[in-house]
Amino acid sequence: MTMSEGDLAVAEIKFVRGATIAPRPAPAAMTGAFGWLRANLLSTPFNIVLTVLIALLLAWVIPELLKFLFIDAVWTGSDRDACREVVQHREIGACWPFVWERWSYFVYGSYPIPQRWRVDVFFVMLAIGVVWMLWLESPRRDLGSVYFFVVLPISSFILLTGWSAAGLSPVDTSLWGGILVTIVVASVGIVCSLPIGILLALGRRSRMPAVRLFSVIFIEFVRGVPLVTVLFMASVMLPLFVPEQYSPDKLVRALVGIALFASAYMAEVVRAGLQAIPKGQFEGAMAVGLGYWQMMRLIILPQALKITIPNIVNTYIGLFKDTTLVFIVGIFDFLQTVEVSRIDPKWATPVTSTTGYAVAAIFYWIFCYAMSRYARATEARLAKADRR
Amino acid sequence: MTAAANTALLKPSQLNTPVAVELIGLNKWYGEFHVLRDIDLKVMGGERIVICGPSGSGKSTMIRCINRLEEHQQGKIVVDGMELSNDLKKIDEVRREVGMVFQHFNLFPHLSVLENCTLAPIWVRNTPKKDAEEIAMHYLKRVKIPEQAAKYPGQLSGGQQQRVAIARALCMNPKIMLFDEPTSALDPEMVKEVLDTMVGLAEDGMTMLVVTHEMGFARQVADRIVFMDSGQIIEANVPEEFFNHPQHERTKLFLSQILR
Repeated sequence: MTMSEGDLAVAEIKFVRGATIAPRPAPAAMTGAFGWLRANLLSTPFNIVLTVLIALLLAWVIPELLKFLFIDAVWTGSDRDACREVVQHREIGACWPFVWERWSYFVYGSYPIPQRWRVDVFFVMLAIGVVWMLWLESPRRDLGSVYFFVVLPISSFILLTGWSAAGLSPVDTSLWGGILVTIVVASVGIVCSLPIGILLALGRRSRMPAVRLFSVIFIEFVRGVPLVTVLFMASVMLPLFVPEQYSPDKLVRALVGIALFASAYMAEVVRAGLQAIPKGQFEGAMAVGLGYWQMMRLIILPQALKITIPNIVNTYIGLFKDTTLVFIVGIFDFLQTVEVSRIDPKWATPVTSTTGYAVAAIFYWIFCYAMSRYARATEARLAKADRR
Repeated sequence: MTAAANTALLKPSQLNTPVAVELIGLNKWYGEFHVLRDIDLKVMGGERIVICGPSGSGKSTMIRCINRLEEHQQGKIVVDGMELSNDLKKIDEVRREVGMVFQHFNLFPHLSVLENCTLAPIWVRNTPKKDAEEIAMHYLKRVKIPEQAAKYPGQLSGGQQQRVAIARALCMNPKIMLFDEPTSALDPEMVKEVLDTMVGLAEDGMTMLVVTHEMGFARQVADRIVFMDSGQIIEANVPEEFFNHPQHERTKLFLSQILR
C-alpha cells in the first residue's frame, strides 16, 4: 500500500512519544586518549600544522638544553680552568662549580658571614607563614594571619636589621643582598600592594570628591611614571629635600617606592573587578541594612577579588620581576649578585655568563610559575564552587 | 530555641506610629528627566498597597526611594516616624526596618542560603550566630525551603531564590516590606509559589508595598491599588472599585490592555 500525500502530512503533524529515550554512552571517538588527541591536537588542518611545528621546536630545543645543563656540564672544580675548553679538551656546558662557590653570595649578598644564620631563620619563618596562609587545610588559619601580618614582619625586621639589646648586632642594609633582598622587596610589595590597591580602588569610585581626586591623581601619576624613575626619585632626589640624618634608609625608600608603584596597578585591577559586580549586589546589601564597609568587606570584595585573581597574580608576577630594577639605586638583589659574579676574573670563561643567567632564569621562573600555578588552583577551586 | 529569638519570630514587629510610610510632595529627577512628580501617599500600618502602571511610570523608583536606594530631590519621606534625609545614620536605621525583595532576587551568590539569611542579623543587629541561624531556619521553613539551607543560590530555581530573598528580608524582622516586581523575572511555573508566600505574609498583617503586574494577587490581597503613569499617581482605590469602576481615562486604557 502506498501512502498518499495527505497521509504523509498527517503522519508528520501528529506525534505522541511512546517510550522515553534513555541516555546512551558517547561514541568511542569522543572519549579516551585517542579522543583527546583528536579534539585537542588534531582537530583542524591548522591545528595539525601547529602541533607538528611545536613538536619540531621542542625536539630542537630540549636536547640542546639538556646537553648544556647536564650532559656537557662541569660539576666539580675550583677555578676557571675546570670550565675551559682549551684546558679540558672537550665541549663544555654549564659551569656549575662557579655556581656552587658563589651560591652563598647569591643568597645573602654581603651579609656578614657569622650572622647569616639570621637570614636562614628569616627564610624558614617566611616559609612557615606562606604555607600557613596558602595551604587551605592548615590548622588555625586565623592565627596564621596574625603570624603572617603582625609577628612575621616585626620579628623579621628585628632579626635582619639587628637589635643590640637582644644580642643581635646591627647589620646595615647596604650589606644585604641576593635572594634575601629579592624576597624582602617582593614580599613587602606583594603584601602591601593589595590592601593599598583596594583602598585606592574604592577611593576612585567614592562619592566623596576629595577622596576620589586623591586616588585618581595618585594612580594616574604613578602609572604615568616608569618604576626606574620612582626609584631614582626615592633614592637620589629625596636626600636633596630631606637632611641626610632624617632621610630613611636606602632599602626602605626602594621598598616604599615599589610598594606604592605596585599599589597603583593593583588599584586598577581591583577597580575592574568592582565594576564587574552587578548593581543588584550593592542594592541587596544596602537593602538588608549593611553599612558601606560591611557591604564592601562581606559582599562586594569577596566577589570582586575572586574574579580578579588572574589579574592580581599577573600584577604580583610583574612585581616580582620588577624587583630586579632596584639595582639601579645600588641595591644588590639576586640578579645583581649574579651580574657581579659573572665578571669575576677567577671564573672568567666563555660559559660563566650563560651559566649565571641560566641560574637566574631558573630562580625567577620557579617563583613566578609557583604563583601562577597557585592562582590556577585557586581559580579552579572557586570555579567548582560556582558550579554548585 | 531561645526565648528572645522565639518572641521575635511570632509576628511582624510593631510600628512605632500608626502611619507606616508617608510620602509628601515627593519629586525626583534623573538628570533632566522628571521621574517622580508631586507624589503624595500615606500607607497605614498593616496596609497592603499594590502599585501598578506601565513600565517607566516611576513605580519602582518610588518604592526604592522609601529605603533610599534612590535619592529624592524634593518633598518628604517619613518611614515609621523617621524622616529620610542625607543623614547616613537615619538611612541605616530606616533600612533596618524596611525589607526589600527585588525583581532579580539579588541574593549573594558566594554565600549559602543560610548565610544569606543570617548575614544581616549578625552584622547589622549583632544577633549571636546561633540565634540568627534559628531565626533563619524559622523563616526558611515558612517559605517552605528549609531543606535548601546549605545550598548556594545558583543551585536553586528562580522561584526558590525569590523565596530565599523573602526569607532573607524577613530575618531582619522588618516592619515594612517592599516588593519590586518580585515575579517578573520568574518562569510562569514559579510565579505561584512566590505569590503564595506573599499572600501568607499579608495574612500575618505585614505592611506591604508591592509593585507588580499580577492583577490576581492585587485583587486577592491589596487593601488599596495605586495606579501610576509618567511619574504621577493617577488613581488610587480599593481593588473592587479600581477594577470595576476605574475613573481616569488612563486607568481604563491600562486595564483594558491587561485584562483581556
